[in-house]
Amino acid sequence: MAERYTRTAILLHWLIALLIFTAFPLGIYMHDLPFSPDKLKLYSWHKWIGVSIFLLAIVRLTWRATHRPPALPEAMAGWEKFAARAVHFSLYALIIIIPLSGWLMSSAKGFQTVWLGVLPLPDLLSKNKELGDLLKEIHEVLNFLMLGLVLAHIGAALKHHFIQRDSILSRMLPMLRKKS
Amino acid sequence: MKYGLLPVLLLCFSSATAEEFNTLRTQQSSVTFVSKQMGVPVAGSFNKFSADIAVNPAKPETGSARISIDLNNMDAGSAEANDELGSRSWFDTRQHPVARFVSSHVTRTGDDRYEALGNMTIKGKTLSVKAPFTLKRVAGTVVIDGVFPIKRLDYGIGTGIWADTSVVADEVKITFHFTVGKPR
Ligand code: HEM
Repeated sequence: MAERYTRTAILLHWLIALLIFTAFPLGIYMHDLPFSPDKLKLYSWHKWIGVSIFLLAIVRLTWRATHRPPALPEAMAGWEKFAARAVHFSLYALIIIIPLSGWLMSSAKGFQTVWLGVLPLPDLLSKNKELGDLLKEIHEVLNFLMLGLVLAHIGAALKHHFIQRDSILSRMLPMLRKKS
Repeated sequence: MKYGLLPVLLLCFSSATAEEFNTLRTQQSSVTFVSKQMGVPVAGSFNKFSADIAVNPAKPETGSARISIDLNNMDAGSAEANDELGSRSWFDTRQHPVARFVSSHVTRTGDDRYEALGNMTIKGKTLSVKAPFTLKRVAGTVVIDGVFPIKRLDYGIGTGIWADTSVVADEVKITFHFTVGKPR
């Protein structure tokens, strides 16, 4: 079994992480803005980033299904391995479901999603205010769930690196490996 | 001279009789529009309007239309946009609550295809527009359908920060569907 992640897996991991760290605060910020051209722009950019995450997530899951990740260290307790796998699985699920919920919400609110202003995605739902409001709640709840999981995920990565001093973080962040 | 008026009288008579359709069936009529925000088409509608349309399907060229749209009853696609529309940079509905179209001339452009030339007044500005339409007879009524573009900035709709056409496009497509019957 491989010792480290493939370069593709690493690239996709950090690219998606970067997009999430952009789209998440943007979503919170744009929400309370007064109606203005800037608000419309930010909403569009948020949607474009979300669709990008969705497309990259599909590539990533396809890659993951065909390339086994390195095994977790033997030193990890059974529950730790289980927690790591459960969080990873949930994060994979959320990077598919959260963009989907946003896309459906946008359709239900009567706004088609046009990726980068160029590629129109089909409206899978027709305009329906109640459904739009419900999907908005779902989109928010799922995002805060993801925030919690990402914080736990980062915390675990830091704990591995600074306390266990194992190779978990460096195999996802090869920069670190070269130094040591 | 004395008899010269006769054909005119006959014409008036014939156009005002049996073949004239002049009563709008409001329930089967609509005026909607599509604007573009950040490249995304957004559907809207004018929910309250009146239309004095008089048309003889045998001679649509003699028809006329006068349409008044209540701008306090429009839906631009979202609650936020609707709250904003009455403001001075948009429709300034306190000063200009109604938009009007008054036809001046109808020409035939093909089989069942016509074009109404007329004046459109929005927010105090009057510009001439051409509205192509089709005309069909459907179960005792005449159905008129057409689409034409207007440029919102020509009328000063959405000024100031909203003048940026990369956010809200200049062109707005207006679609009309009128069902005109005989007086009941
Ligand atoms: C600063 C932020 C982040 C850090 C430091 C970090 C760190 C790591 C590390 C060290 C691993 C490797 C685990 C191992 O070797 O078994 C990993 C895997 C993973 N990360 Fe992150 N990550 C971050 C952000 C994110 C975000 C935002 C997501 C959201 C999707 C995410 C999703 C995943 C998933 C699904 C895996 C599992 C890969 C696999 O083995 O299948 N990460 N992360």
